[in-house]
Amino acid sequence: MKWIDYARPQTVAEAVQLLTERGDGARAMAGGTDLIVQLRVGRRQPDHVVDVKHIPDLNEVNTSGGGVTLGAAVPCHIIYNNDAIKDAFPALVDSASIIGGTQIQGRASIGGNLCNAAPSADAIPTLIALGATANVSGSTGERSVAIEDFCTGPGQNVLGADELLTSISIPAQGANSGARYQRFIPRNEMDIAVVGVGASVTLNNGSFESVRVSLASVAPTPLFVTEINDELAGKDVTDENIAKAGEIAKDAAKPISDMRGTADYRRHLCDVMTRRVLSDAITRARGGNVDAH
Amino acid sequence: MPTKSYVQTNINGESVEFLAEPRQSLLEVLRDTLQLTGAKEGCNDGNCGACTVKMDGRIVCSCLVFGVEAEGADIETIEGMASPEGLHPLQTAFLENAALQCGICTPGFLMASKALLDHNPNPTEGQIRWWLANNLCRCTGYDKIVRAVMDAAQKMQA
Amino acid sequence: MTTTREPNKVLSQIEYDVIGTRPIRPDGADKVTGRAKYSADFTISGAIYGKLVRSPHAHARIISIDTSKAEAHPSVKAVVTGEDLPKTVIGADGDRPKTSGEIAADLKYLRHQIMATEKVVFGNQPVAAVAAATAHDAEEAAKLVEVKYEILPSVTEVRAAMEDDAPVLHDDIEMTEFGEKTGRKGNIADHFQNKIGDPQKGFEQADVIVEREFNTATVHQGYIEPHSCTVHWRDDDRIFIWNSCQGPFNIRDATAEVLGVPLTNVKLTPQEIGGGFGGKFEPYGEPVLALLSKKAGAPVKMWMTRTEDLEATGPSPGSYVRVKMGATKDGKIVAGEAELAFEAGAYPGSVVEAGGECVFAPYDIPNAVVDGYDVVVNKSKMAAYRAPGATNAEFASETVVDELAQKLDIDPIEFRLMNAAKEGTRKVDGTSFPRIGLVEVLEALKDHDHWKSPIEGDNVARGFACAYWMNAGLQSAVNLAVNSDGRVSLTEGSPDIGGSRASISMQAAEILGIPSEDILPSVVDTDSIGFTFGTGGSRTTFATGYAAIEAAKDVKQQMIERAALIWGVAPESVQMDKGNIHAGNGAELKMTFKELAAEMNDTGGAITGRGSVNPSGVGAAFAGLIVDIHADPETGKVQILRATIAQDAGKAIHPSYVEGQLQGGTAQGIGWGLNEEYFMSDEGRMANSSFLDYRMPTALDLPMIDTVIVEVANPGHPFGVRGVGEVNIAPPPAAIANALSRSLGVRMERLPMNPNTVMETMWANNGSSNGS
Repeated sequence: MKWIDYARPQTVAEAVQLLTERGDGARAMAGGTDLIVQLRVGRRQPDHVVDVKHIPDLNEVNTSGGGVTLGAAVPCHIIYNNDAIKDAFPALVDSASIIGGTQIQGRASIGGNLCNAAPSADAIPTLIALGATANVSGSTGERSVAIEDFCTGPGQNVLGADELLTSISIPAQGANSGARYQRFIPRNEMDIAVVGVGASVTLNNGSFESVRVSLASVAPTPLFVTEINDELAGKDVTDENIAKAGEIAKDAAKPISDMRGTADYRRHLCDVMTRRVLSDAITRARGGNVDAH
Repeated sequence: MPTKSYVQTNINGESVEFLAEPRQSLLEVLRDTLQLTGAKEGCNDGNCGACTVKMDGRIVCSCLVFGVEAEGADIETIEGMASPEGLHPLQTAFLENAALQCGICTPGFLMASKALLDHNPNPTEGQIRWWLANNLCRCTGYDKIVRAVMDAAQKMQA
Repeated sequence: MTTTREPNKVLSQIEYDVIGTRPIRPDGADKVTGRAKYSADFTISGAIYGKLVRSPHAHARIISIDTSKAEAHPSVKAVVTGEDLPKTVIGADGDRPKTSGEIAADLKYLRHQIMATEKVVFGNQPVAAVAAATAHDAEEAAKLVEVKYEILPSVTEVRAAMEDDAPVLHDDIEMTEFGEKTGRKGNIADHFQNKIGDPQKGFEQADVIVEREFNTATVHQGYIEPHSCTVHWRDDDRIFIWNSCQGPFNIRDATAEVLGVPLTNVKLTPQEIGGGFGGKFEPYGEPVLALLSKKAGAPVKMWMTRTEDLEATGPSPGSYVRVKMGATKDGKIVAGEAELAFEAGAYPGSVVEAGGECVFAPYDIPNAVVDGYDVVVNKSKMAAYRAPGATNAEFASETVVDELAQKLDIDPIEFRLMNAAKEGTRKVDGTSFPRIGLVEVLEALKDHDHWKSPIEGDNVARGFACAYWMNAGLQSAVNLAVNSDGRVSLTEGSPDIGGSRASISMQAAEILGIPSEDILPSVVDTDSIGFTFGTGGSRTTFATGYAAIEAAKDVKQQMIERAALIWGVAPESVQMDKGNIHAGNGAELKMTFKELAAEMNDTGGAITGRGSVNPSGVGAAFAGLIVDIHADPETGKVQILRATIAQDAGKAIHPSYVEGQLQGGTAQGIGWGLNEEYFMSDEGRMANSSFLDYRMPTALDLPMIDTVIVEVANPGHPFGVRGVGEVNIAPPPAAIANALSRSLGVRMERLPMNPNTVMETMWANNGSSNGS
């Protein structure tokens, strides 16, 4: 690994100042489970690592008012051990409990998963499905970005060189809502999604009021498939309509063939996994239980 | 010019000081600077768990922690598992159940298993397999490891 | 039907006092406390750190290497290139002896592989090396070495490499066919054939014939400890090596040969070893570090990254195997035909001969022909991997055997029993078996509650396969020294990868009639014990154990003589059993082992025993596996629900560690069958060279693995030991494939059977390209 400088700011202002001074040569780190590997293999080469996980604001979990605001550095294990989150946002638990294994989950954060902007990120489709926004601080102030607009390419995001992701806000999900994230992997853990699907549904009696579906690993950035809502909103919850969502997901996907799967196989999995994930989301919307894993 | 950082930390209950380059991982510091070579480098990217240590109450892959991050932290390594009174029940169970062959993954498995039993004293087979999925063993097929953890859990509860 | 599941069974024929018990291993406490010193844990004062400069190309001509910038790095102590390796080698043509089941390497190729000159022939091949004050500095400096390449087209797949217009790796490879040079240049180094009976006539007698072609991917041993070593070229011209390896003497000799120094100038001190499975028999960094050490005048330490280890040490070959078998309608296999082409990696010498020996070995087939091809490709030189060649070959033949049984509507185990090889059965290479235990293995599984239990659930199915592996003997030496308190020091040269200190000590203890805890084993350096071939080939408990028996008998005889001296009686009248020495009919002349040990000083000094063997009575190994799977028809993903393996151990010295071998081999075979592969880029590079993407099974991917130890004594060993380390890896891929045929109705012809491949096979069967 090349030489790096390391700083451990205690406030957002201090962190933003460091990032601003160093510009593109600096990179914020929370758990470091992606960044340290990337530094080691030379995929990212900042001169300066700004360790933001000791900033109190970035470690806050605020579940008041039905929604949740997650500090950007909150590690996965805090999320899946938080009763309020388990109760209101089981899809977030789905994601947090499969990012790496036990050891990785002790460090890795949802904020880091978002900023790393991998096409295969397991948290991003969930955040998109839940309608979350990213809260960003920079040298010129603060702004919020819808998660579906956050990633701009593999490993790339909208953050300016002076900007820091401080938290992620997930709005309260309405009554009769449910969400689910599942990925398909060849092993049962410790793997990268061949395809991942995050979905949330809001039901109105026997029909879909709204449906948000997002796919991982089938495009340069996590894909928000709005066409599914266009098709299903107002329609009855039936196997035929769920199957239609699968077909739409399959058509929307723009996968490549690589060591983790062929494009044909990934398209096929978009169909299969969208159907499965929607069914689980519907079960949760109806008050049923679906285990995270 | 690049300079090393001074770090004060706590390892296995003792206050420890060291100098580290910021690019050095906690694993490198433990092994090369502090001669605590029980944590092993198997992959250096968080996939094998051979470098598992406990840091501030959570197990982590020490290859994915910078040494400088240890400032002020509480770290437990395999070297701190046995006590003057003898081996930890998990260590004994691993020996009695032949839960190791080459032994290179064993310190990581023991650290992870101890964290599991601290958190859940009576885990099922499925819970053990889930918790230990971040630790690779290539010799045993995991059978005897899982049995050793169940055996230790039973003996620690008795 | 309710049966109590008994996870581990031992079907013992003979009971002993020590053998067959389960003591704590002597090295156990060190290994559960982190104290055990593995290769990368070794430290020596003044050490500097090495790093290899590696080729980014799979096949390229080296135009130039400029080391000046690296040499100018303030921390750098030495830089070397392939030109620094001596051109001349000991031995006229550089050939090294070929050993059973393990891979031989021609010395000129070994030298080139270690550090290339003129051209590189596999991705990540070393071309230069640097040594610097710290590991990070060495890594930085390695990047400063400027190498210009002319990229050549590469070929990484065995069938493609056999084509006439394939890129040629070496202009000096001339195909040998049936032992004769043919003058044919190209990538095929060797073509051999074994034949028995009249295959054509045999197929004419057959009522059912099945023929299939199989392709398997390159796989890696996946030991958790990457290669590492420390080397010191000392002022007295001795070269000291500290590493973890399976064969200290093998690597001592190879390193000396590559460096062109006398064998015993090199001393190798083996550290604890973090897994090998066949992959730690060859030197990689050792000769390079020796050169760096000589230049720098300091010990040099290096450890490989996982990526270096995966792409550029010795994996196990990808292969093409075609198998055709015919049987009569009453279930007798009458003919077999097999063609095997194995990747050798970038230099000749694959394990295809071993594969050719294994492919039909479990069966009594009167008419069979086997053709084998050794083919070079642009991948790192293949090494041994647990029954090397058997898994590739028997995945193919066990699939075809299963299909024959299906077509004949005969139970798969019953069909195998009807055709099983036994004592006297002639193999396709013409040799015949001594007493073997295949029938007993098959019967143990046929009677097992797993085989009798119902198969329940959608897409749940059961598969079966068995396998043969020949095992190895070879040289081993053991020394014993009796201490005055009656405990016995044992020195051996076999690195302990999975409990062999225990299994060797127990055999000495059994002969001496003392507890195994009273044997104190040490694995020592190459200056301190007689030549011992490496830990591999399932040979250690067999051959080094045999040497321990001989050494113990030597001690026993001397103890008897000492007692005779003390008592003033003839040695012939003294007996020693269960650790007690006595003479005459009455009980008056008797001593315990400990009492006699205390008398050594006054009766001639310390008693030492020696055992040195090269045993010929190697006992062949057979294993069988029952596996239950669930296959997801929508995704193609296979989940292993239950697995039971039976293997003939001959005699299980320490049953727990025998079970461990059976379980570990099964797990590796499952990984090979389901997900492990070298995924090669279009440029000939390994794309998935990490433990994230080289997908070995985690704890969550496997069930408990039940075992049955069958004991059919090997007549070639005093306690009947057969090696147990290897054959267990071979059945899983075929057993899973056979289960898949019953679950999803697909016959898999490719490894790995990952979800993507299973779906593609289903689509191909349905005549659709992508399931739509």
